[in-house]
Amino acid sequence: MILDSLTVEPAALEARTGWAIKPQGACKGEVCVPLPDGTSASGAVDVQMLADRLGMPLVRDDAHDIWALGPDTGVTGRALTTAVAPELVLPDLRTDKAFSLSSLRGQKVLLVAWASW
Amino acid sequence: MWQDLRAEVKPKGLEIVTVALDVNVEDARPFVKAANAEHPSLIDQAHVTDELFGFINVPNGVWIDEAGMIVRPAEAAFPGRSPISEQFDAIDLSTLPENLRDLLGEVKKIETDPEGYKVAIMDWVEHGADSKFALSPDEVIARSDPRTMDVATAAAEFELAQHLQRAGEPDAAIPHFKEAHRLQPDNWTYKRQAWHLVAPGSQEANEVYDSCWIADVKAIGAENYYPPFVP
Repeated sequence: MILDSLTVEPAALEARTGWAIKPQGACKGEVCVPLPDGTSASGAVDVQMLADRLGMPLVRDDAHDIWALGPDTGVTGRALTTAVAPELVLPDLRTDKAFSLSSLRGQKVLLVAWASW
Repeated sequence: MWQDLRAEVKPKGLEIVTVALDVNVEDARPFVKAANAEHPSLIDQAHVTDELFGFINVPNGVWIDEAGMIVRPAEAAFPGRSPISEQFDAIDLSTLPENLRDLLGEVKKIETDPEGYKVAIMDWVEHGADSKFALSPDEVIARSDPRTMDVATAAAEFELAQHLQRAGEPDAAIPHFKEAHRLQPDNWTYKRQAWHLVAPGSQEANEVYDSCWIADVKAIGAENYYPPFVP
């Protein structure tokens, strides 16, 4: 996730990473990692604290004064932290409108990555 | 490529969603248009699905059930055997120029099982959670690739790279692409994307990247390019 400061709004964090800030901590699917008292969904979250708790790398480009917060390593140590599919919202090239993966709930889905290159 | 399979499985309750891992939208759009795709055909410029689902190569797929649970993690995915593969198998390499012969010689060594993958999909379509190919949540997580701090840092480096590339600063993106390649050398989407941005269509080394598809594939052995399908 690209950041221009070391705080992040919970809604933006959840939309990009799938991690939601809840009373019990940072949660993804059935997994919740406790966060320090005072962390809540109603205010900006300290990114360095989150990175430490979840084992996320934080990489900086000094010249452009931006950060990238990478995915968690501290829960399962695998590419998937949970088998609950994350929400995915991306533009559909047929319509140029946003498409939500969750709109297909109730059907089986084969999600396939390809590329032009 | 996926449209024919989609026509077969959609009436039975399986939707196909394709995601193009392309920093440049216009690189992917003509393919979607030409395919006349009826299924959602998404564009993922930042390769967020690499991070969210564990894609490391193309084509890679994940299976998601009716309740939104992943029942197979990222793996090589094929829509069955296609006429293109028949045509490709029929090419006589000895008739080709040397550089093309070398490249296609490696491509021919890549091992895939498109028929087996399609059999698995059709079994899941028919039997759902009772299919032997549908895995439990614990198996799904355990079978997803290991994510070390190096792998996670590669994702962050790639994200900086694509962000700078799309912001019109390709020179600033290159060191971050290179760092992503160093940290996760088996992520072909990071490599092939970056190579394509400086030398579209080329699979050979250039003045920016000393790594390239043909050399890197030879180094790992083309037969290891896609891990085998494990039922």
